[in-house]
Amino acid sequence: MLDQSAKRQLPPRPGIGYKPQHFSNILQDAEPVKWLEIHAENYMGDGGRPLAQLRYLAERFPISVHGVGLSIGGEGPLNRDHLARLKHLCDWVDPASFSEHLAWSTHGAEFLNDLLPLPYTDATLERVADHIAEVQDHVGRRMLLENPSVYVNFTETNMGEIEFLTEVARRTGCGLLLDVNNVFVSCTNRQTDPYDYIDRFPHQLVGEIHLGGHDEDTDDMGAPLLIDAHGSEVVDPVWQLYAHTIAISGPKPTLIEWDNDVPDWPVLADEASRAARILDKVIA
Amino acid sequence: MSQTEFRAALLNPERPAPAGLADPQGRPAGRRFDVYRNNVTVSLTEALRQAFPVIRKLVGEEFFTAMAREHLRAHPPTSPLMMHYGRDMPEFLENFPPVQHLGYLPDIARLELALRESYHAADATSVSAEALQALSPDTLMASRPTLAPSLRLIRSRWPIHAIWSANMRGTEAPKSAVAEDVLIARPDYDPEPHRLPDGAAPFIAALMQGAAVAEALEAGPEFDLTATLGLLLATRAITAVNPGDQT
Repeated sequence: MLDQSAKRQLPPRPGIGYKPQHFSNILQDAEPVKWLEIHAENYMGDGGRPLAQLRYLAERFPISVHGVGLSIGGEGPLNRDHLARLKHLCDWVDPASFSEHLAWSTHGAEFLNDLLPLPYTDATLERVADHIAEVQDHVGRRMLLENPSVYVNFTETNMGEIEFLTEVARRTGCGLLLDVNNVFVSCTNRQTDPYDYIDRFPHQLVGEIHLGGHDEDTDDMGAPLLIDAHGSEVVDPVWQLYAHTIAISGPKPTLIEWDNDVPDWPVLADEASRAARILDKVIA
Repeated sequence: MSQTEFRAALLNPERPAPAGLADPQGRPAGRRFDVYRNNVTVSLTEALRQAFPVIRKLVGEEFFTAMAREHLRAHPPTSPLMMHYGRDMPEFLENFPPVQHLGYLPDIARLELALRESYHAADATSVSAEALQALSPDTLMASRPTLAPSLRLIRSRWPIHAIWSANMRGTEAPKSAVAEDVLIARPDYDPEPHRLPDGAAPFIAALMQGAAVAEALEAGPEFDLTATLGLLLATRAITAVNPGDQT
């Protein structure tokens, strides 16, 4: 059983995105994984195996609840039913961390099941900040907001992504989730320097780091177009960017995300070990 | 640019990428916008693939993928919970011209949806066979059993259990188009479909609506009550036996 005080925050060690097929591996030997992240929406049924597994795991590991369906960047109001489900989940799991995305996915009555982009303007800033304040009020917890992977620029954008995220955090008191793979993907796609992005990021606001794999494609002009796919290993340039990140910020809870073509446990454990070795160097 | 414009282009590949989106040099977004289109199509197709393994086998992977594309454009999800996506599939199949010769498909889709609902349904503790056997016949007849929240009943004029079983368990394919009623029960965490004895479905349907055993027996034709109660007990589907109004 996990000591209650250890549940209250994620340790600055590797975690993984939990997949049910790894339940028995995790119970046998989770090393070097010290915490687990779940996608909130997969645990919003009434019962059965998913909730039974989560109850069991939450007694043994710090849990991060990561929402993918709230549509914080949506033009419309937040879905009150969904907010209530999130609150219910967070109340019984009592996670060490709760996070969501800077994106939209709901339009009217439709849920589009992707993290869609938004322009960075005063109007979207105000809307996102209002929605985050509402989420934090409703769920009764501080949330972390994740930087997105983006493939397009909005001509109406008139502020930088870091400026936008920092101002949202200032207005709402939320923290940030820094996805280093998303930084690499977005900066490549925007043809900007990912190291410059990391150097300018407000690391004191970061409660968690994500690492994951991406796919490579090209746009109409033959320019590199990286796609955040979560279906492969973290590539070497992203590991290097990660090492650079925590050399600046100090060790942070670091998640390996692998959501598609999910491999056997040893492959994930190897990825987590690689993160552990980089974290160890910073601590040493 | 409004999200309405973005959404309209997202689900309609005939439309160009919305104006207001650009590449780093300010040129039209083109293929960059297609990444979002592809993400939506692939992720929703995957949700449908997971929900309907038997439909997939019956129509073939290639056809299923093409059909899923039509389905997701006509019926995008209305909830962030992918465990609910696909509820419109039975009606879609009823009206989708290319599968009109496969009359059993909509009921197979209903069966697969019911299995998924059962998987996520609330947990409950069942009563033992001994507890039921301890009741006098009169008490049993007057009682109102509570059935597990994970229980589902699917009635069909097609041999849906045999079709499901042939595709998921490798049993023999049905030789004739007999009607089959199916009870889905979840003793622990894995829902399993069972073919009901002929005539038992109205009885179970009545119990699910809160009828007393004696009332439920009036709901339909004669059937094998012993086998039906045996199935309910074996699958741990009875969670309480509430004393009825004694007369």
